[in-house]
Amino acid sequence: MTAIAVRGLRKSYGPLEAVRGVDFDIEEGEVFGLLGPNGAGKTTTVEILEGYRSRDAGEVSVLGSDPQKPRRDFRERIGVVLQQAQLWQTLTVRETHRVFAGYYEHPRDVDEVIDLVGLADKRDARVQTLSGGQKRRLDLGVALVGDPDLVFLDEPTTGFDPAARRAAWEMIRSLRSLGKTVLLTTHYLDEAEQLADRVAVMRQGVVVRIGTPRELTTTETEVEIRYRRDGEEVLVRTGDPTRALHELTSEALARGEELERLEVRRPTLEDVYLSLVEEADEA
Amino acid sequence: MRLYLHELRTQQLVYWRSREAAVFTFIFPLLLFVLLGSVYTGRIYGVPAPDALLAALISYGCATVCFAGLSIALVVRREAGILKRIRATPLRPPVYMAAALCSTMLTFAAVTVVLFVLGRVVFGTPFPSRPGSVILMVVLGSLCFAALGVGIAGLIRSSDGSSAVVNLIVLPMSFLTGAFGPTRHYPGFLRAIGDALPLKYLVNISDAVYLHQHSFWSQGTSIGVLAAWGVAGVIVAAYTFGWEPRSA
Repeated sequence: MTAIAVRGLRKSYGPLEAVRGVDFDIEEGEVFGLLGPNGAGKTTTVEILEGYRSRDAGEVSVLGSDPQKPRRDFRERIGVVLQQAQLWQTLTVRETHRVFAGYYEHPRDVDEVIDLVGLADKRDARVQTLSGGQKRRLDLGVALVGDPDLVFLDEPTTGFDPAARRAAWEMIRSLRSLGKTVLLTTHYLDEAEQLADRVAVMRQGVVVRIGTPRELTTTETEVEIRYRRDGEEVLVRTGDPTRALHELTSEALARGEELERLEVRRPTLEDVYLSLVEEADEA
Repeated sequence: MRLYLHELRTQQLVYWRSREAAVFTFIFPLLLFVLLGSVYTGRIYGVPAPDALLAALISYGCATVCFAGLSIALVVRREAGILKRIRATPLRPPVYMAAALCSTMLTFAAVTVVLFVLGRVVFGTPFPSRPGSVILMVVLGSLCFAALGVGIAGLIRSSDGSSAVVNLIVLPMSFLTGAFGPTRHYPGFLRAIGDALPLKYLVNISDAVYLHQHSFWSQGTSIGVLAAWGVAGVIVAAYTFGWEPRSA
């Protein structure tokens, strides 16, 4: 089953075309990453899917609803973690979860959700006393308390220290094991690589590459061969690495030289991503 | 309906939990009543001074709870992203607004009751002879000033200073319209300004109902003026109020 289908999505803010024709599908139970630099149109895309914004053109289906004209159960079935949002500072963690649980027809058990997001020992603490990472877990908790089928996470770990990011990643992985569909936006590559089943790379309002993290790196045919000659680094980019390597090594053998620091490297997702983003800068 | 009651409970919980809001809006009218009541003695225009002050401060209570309190709360929640977050839940905006309005009405009703009890205990003021008319006054006053509160919330861009802006309206308005005590000794031009402000008409109703035992419905003109201001507030709110942070 398809949880989200997007075709030809467009959105402008005045003269600025934030989203310029985006297509993708997300299957039920999939963790899908929207990856791109700031201003690529990720948040605009997600906020259209969440029902916050109208679109200028294109077809969008989220859990069988058009988010602009949502069916009655649409908001019962989605959970949202916004990029920046606070909750009532003076309520406790438990009260905040109970408030949100009350908005849904069939909420999950409040204490179970608090345990799931790792705030059990902060159950009765006021929101204003929580650390940044704990507040983000609270955001996730209130997004899950309605027992949604689909969870939107807009840059869930921006501003986290490495330990807090690891903890957040574990929680997002646990969503997959609960069978939730997750749409995650991030500008961290390792986050997309670690968490997402599939990734769409966005740049300047369009999707420039889509696939599994592995596919993204293998479709890039050029392999890098590096070595040193007279202390200078030589870099060969080639789509035919076997031949190139053979030529290089046989020449070196013929001359009786060593190819110092010889290295053959398939581009990482980071290389692919950076090359995509750099094309954008040149454009 | 279940969602409405749930949100009403949430609004009340958040209001009473936030000490500054509760102190500023709830305690202030009571404090002013005790202070002014201790200063003014004797009679003001034919009625005992504490009675006249009580009638006046009910209107101030309405302005501070329904207008200032609601608008500041809405701006702070909007700028914090709480309203945006709630938009993604099954709670619909009209239900949220209805609950916020009813919550502010309940708080104003509580201020009014405590003013009467405090007046009785401290200054020996009588309980109102027309409680039904007092209830109608509370309902009309909260609807009108809550509508204006939502309207002004739509015009305020950031939570920093929202309290200053709103009190810059509420305090002079209360002074000019007699919500801090009678204005008949004011210079004519100040009274003219007061007559142009909506709170003047709630003060008129309060005086008529509490001090002169008139029926609420005998105050047709004041009811009409307040209703018109309320409609104006709704229109401004419809054009300006949003659910997402302005200053993000």
